[in-house]
Formats: sequence, C-alpha cells, structure tokens
Amino acid sequence: MAITLNTSTQADPPVLPEHPLRSTSRKLWSDWGTRTALIAVALLILTALTAPLLARLGGWSPTAFDSRAIDPYLGGMPRGSLGGISAEHWLGVEPATGRDLFARVVHGAQVSLLIAFAATAIVVVAGTAAGIAAGYFGGRVDTVLSRLMDLTMSFPSLIFMIAMMSVAQDVNRVLLMTVVIGVFGWPGIARIVRGEALSLRHREYVDAARVAGSGSWRILTREILPNISGPIIAYTTLLIPGMISTEAALSFLGVGVRPPTSSWGQMIAEAVTYYETDPMYFLIPSAFLFIAVLAFTVLGDALRDILDPQGGRS
Amino acid sequence: MIAYLVRRCLGVAGVLLAICAVTFIIFYLLPADPAAAACGKTCSPQRLAEVRHYMGLDQPLWRQFGDYLVGIFAGRDLGSGPHALHCGFPCLGYSYDNALPVWDLLMDRLPVSASLAFGAACMWLVLGLGAGVTAALKKGGLLDRTLMVTAVATASLPVYFTAVMLIYGLVRISGLLPYPTYTPLTSDPLGWATNLLLPWLALALLYAAMYARQSRSSMIEAMAQPYIRTARAKGMPARTVVVKHGLRSAMMPVLTLFGMDLGALLAGAVITESIFGIPGVGRLFYDALQRSDQPVVLGVTLLAAFFIVMANVLIDLLYAVIDPRVRT
Repeated sequence: MAITLNTSTQADPPVLPEHPLRSTSRKLWSDWGTRTALIAVALLILTALTAPLLARLGGWSPTAFDSRAIDPYLGGMPRGSLGGISAEHWLGVEPATGRDLFARVVHGAQVSLLIAFAATAIVVVAGTAAGIAAGYFGGRVDTVLSRLMDLTMSFPSLIFMIAMMSVAQDVNRVLLMTVVIGVFGWPGIARIVRGEALSLRHREYVDAARVAGSGSWRILTREILPNISGPIIAYTTLLIPGMISTEAALSFLGVGVRPPTSSWGQMIAEAVTYYETDPMYFLIPSAFLFIAVLAFTVLGDALRDILDPQGGRS
Repeated sequence: MIAYLVRRCLGVAGVLLAICAVTFIIFYLLPADPAAAACGKTCSPQRLAEVRHYMGLDQPLWRQFGDYLVGIFAGRDLGSGPHALHCGFPCLGYSYDNALPVWDLLMDRLPVSASLAFGAACMWLVLGLGAGVTAALKKGGLLDRTLMVTAVATASLPVYFTAVMLIYGLVRISGLLPYPTYTPLTSDPLGWATNLLLPWLALALLYAAMYARQSRSSMIEAMAQPYIRTARAKGMPARTVVVKHGLRSAMMPVLTLFGMDLGALLAGAVITESIFGIPGVGRLFYDALQRSDQPVVLGVTLLAAFFIVMANVLIDLLYAVIDPRVRT
C-alpha cells in the first residue's frame, strides 16, 4: 500500500501544506453563517473607520438640530412615518431635537468599536504577557501572577467600573473607559495562555532552543508565542462582543461617553422612554448593537473551532 | 481538609482587604467634598472644619482606612462629645445622604436583590441546562442547530433591550402581567412571584442562553470520554449513562460559572433593577453614586466582593468534597 502511494505521488508535484492563514480563511468562508458574520464585521469596521465621511454622505452632522423634521404640535415627534425615515434622513431623526439618526448611529459605531477594540488590545497584551510568564517561569512568578488573577476575578467588575467611571470628572471619557474595561478583563485570557505555556515549556524543541543558548526572551517570543497564537486569536475575537456589551451597558447607565458624543448604549438609554411612541428610534441603535455582538460571537466561535479544536473549553 | 479550609479563609480575608483598600483609595481621590454637602450652603469655614472633623475627613488616608476596618469588626464611635454616635458591630459607616447606618440600608435591600437573583437562577438553570444538554445529546441535528442559533442570538441581546420588549409584550400589549412593583415574599407570596416574573424572565433569558452554550460544549466533551463508552459497553441503560456519568462531570465547569454569576447578582443587578425600578442593592448603589454617597458605595462594593469570594469558596469546597485531588 505504502509503496504504491509513493510511486503515485512521485508523478505529481509535491503537495505543500496549505498556509495556516489561507486554510483558516477558506474554512471560515465555507460556512454561510460564518461568511455572513465575516461580512457584517467587515462592514461594521468599515463604517466605524469612515464614519465622518458616511455622515457627510448622508448630509447631516451627528450634532446638528433639524427643527423642520420634528412636529412641535406633537411634542417634538418626528414628522412622517417610521420615526421620520425619508430621503433626507435615512434612518429618521431623534424626537425633540431632530438630530439625524444615521449620522449618530454611524458615529456611535466609531466610539463603540474603538473602545471595544482598544480595551481588547489591552486585555490581550496584558493577559498574554502575564499568562506566558506564569506558565513558562512557574514557581514564585506563577504564584504571584495567579494570585493577582484570582484577586482581579474577585472584584465585582461591573460595580467597580460604574464607580470608577462616575468618580472621574474631567478626563477623556473614551480613554478612561478603555482603561477601566481593560483592567478587569485580562485574567480570563491569562489563564488560558498560562495553561498552554505550561504544557509547552518542556517540549523537545523548547529544550533544544535552551540548550542551543537562547535566552528566555527569545524562547518566549520565538518558540512559545507562535505556538499558542491560534488560541489567542480565537479568544481575542470572542472577547470583543463582551467588550462591546460592556461599553454599551456603561453608556446606557449614563456613566460612559458624554453627550453630544454618541454611542449605541447611550442612544438606547435616551430612546427607552420613546419605545412606544417612536419605536424606530429605539430599534435602530439596538439593532446595530445586536448585529455587532452577534457577528463577533459567531466569528469567534468559528475561529475557536478551527484554531483550538480541543482545548480551553473548561 | 482543615489546613485547606484555614488557607482558603486567609485567602478570602486577603482578597476582601485588598478590594476594600482599592475602593477606599478611589473614593479618597473623589473631588466632591461630602462635608461641604452635609454642612449646607451657608457654612462658615469654622463650621466646615468641625463637620470635617466629625466625619473623620481631616484624618490622613491610612488613619481613615484603619478606623473603617476596625469599625467593621468592633464597631466604633463617630465624632466625640455629646454628639458622638455609636455604630455597632458590622459598622460600615453612615450614609451621607440620609444618615442611616449603611449596614441597615444594605440588609433592607438585600432580600429584594436575593429574590431577583435566586428566582432568575432557577429559571435559567432549567432553561439553559435543559437546552444545552438536549442539544449536546442530539449533536448536529436540526434541534441542536435551532437551539444553538436561538441561544447565540439571545445572548447577543442586551438585558435592557429584552426588558423593554418584555414590558411591551407582556404588560402593555397583552396585559398578562402587572408592571413590576416589589412585594415582599413574607407578606404576599403570590404577589411576590407575579411581580418578579418579568425581571426574572429578562435576566434568565440572557443567562440561559450563555448556560446553554456552556453546558452543551462541556456535555459533548464529557460524552466523548472513554468511561462513557465503557459504561455503555457494560450494558448500562442509556438514561443512567447520561445522568450518572455524563451529566455529573459535565456540570463541573457550569458549577464554577454559576457560583460567580449568582455571587455577582446577589449584590444587585444594577441594570435590571434600574429598568424595572426594583428597590434592590443595585438600585441603592446607583442612587448612592449620583449623590456621591461614599459610605454606601463602599458598602455595596464590599458586599458584592464578599458574595463573589464566598461563592468561589463554596464552589471550591464542593469540588473538594466531590474530587479528592483538589485537597492538596
């Protein structure tokens, strides 16, 4: 059997293993659900990046009042049906102020995704560094870092975030929010990375590098890190929906970004009182938030199934 | 086992101390001056200094923190002379806003938050585990796919959206349920349940979706273990294999998650409570923040940390009882 196989492959050109990036993207593209999520994520990121441009295309600034679009005799309700959706205001207008919802929701995407991505970056960098150090060095380093992880996980994080956000007065809200959300997120990924690093530190190729005279830094960055990058990428994607939700929740409670800067959570909070009289006003930011969280979750799930088939499900 | 317990208790004390210190420092940096607020608008500098002294705000940070810690265990006297106020054993200070002891305020609100948390927990365990285990046993089938798509979509809906939709559907349109107003369990059990049904549902839907996803993957993992095959090969009935061998080990990670979630919810579901206007600990926290009522905020944070830490210890103890390897 083996001999016949060998002779048959000799005729064909040698088959190179597919590049991991290409095989991953091919697997992602093959399932329609993941494909839809991928497209939604790409569109959302594009929206966030080009928000000012898109808003200009819509013809309205997110802070411009339009008194012609609302009816003062109806308590400032938008004129026309469906919350004032028209050729001029693509997604309708806010009641009472007449601000353009399309411009606000698009700028909200920018704020929400910026905070979510930046907080995720903090979490992933800090968590990976802590996890890899704890797992590779072991001993006292591991004890100290693991205690720190336990301590951080014991903090009532939402309550703490709300307290910190409302204490701070005159600081950059977006920056503060990123840091506050990032501070509490790192232990989760640190634990996963620690476990992976622990299982790799006595592999032959790591020992070989050590014997060859490589320093700890070189071993960590060249031998360990590339081998645990799969799970890290998967869990990074799975972190993002949580970050988007947290940002929205804080803004919903009124401790997030301050008006006139818009964010989805804040828009939903303002729209709650109008859910019966102007449902579109409530549904539009909710739909954006829902799609963002859902798309990142589906993508993260798929990436985890591909990149980390057995591990980390505990 | 005893050494393990002692070590765990020391760990708990250390964690609570650290959380207390961090919270204290954050609020020490708070720009608002509670003494000025308590003293009123027409306050002479001399009177302000007296009030600051009475509230202990003229002391250095470490001294205030020390007094606070001593107060928790031994009680303490606030102020001196004829106006001194004795604050008994679990002394968490007095609210700046209404001069009530923080401990009493917390104990007043705790039953409300506990009602919300336990009721919702029962619902989401039944819904989430039911859906998750069913999906795992029918892995790959139509039912599995439907359940998981529903779960991932429900988990992506923020609780404030679900809450508004539930109010709209069940209260405004169909009138099936009353708008929630909290009724204590002891005075009217039926009213208690009907009034809390809506908030329970809103919270439970979100958590059930997360638990369905978690329990499905750990159930699939458990059912793939070799001992399941052995049990099947012995001719054990399918039901016993699933319940005794599969479910038991699949529930371990779910248990950890459950401890953390329940612990965090006991000290108040801030968003759910503020949407439905339920007077729980979360609502107390939110109102206290608006008024920079530092002792109350500190009290709620400590209570929340206490519940989370205790839930962790209880889960670990449960693990130690079930699995002897943990006890080392």
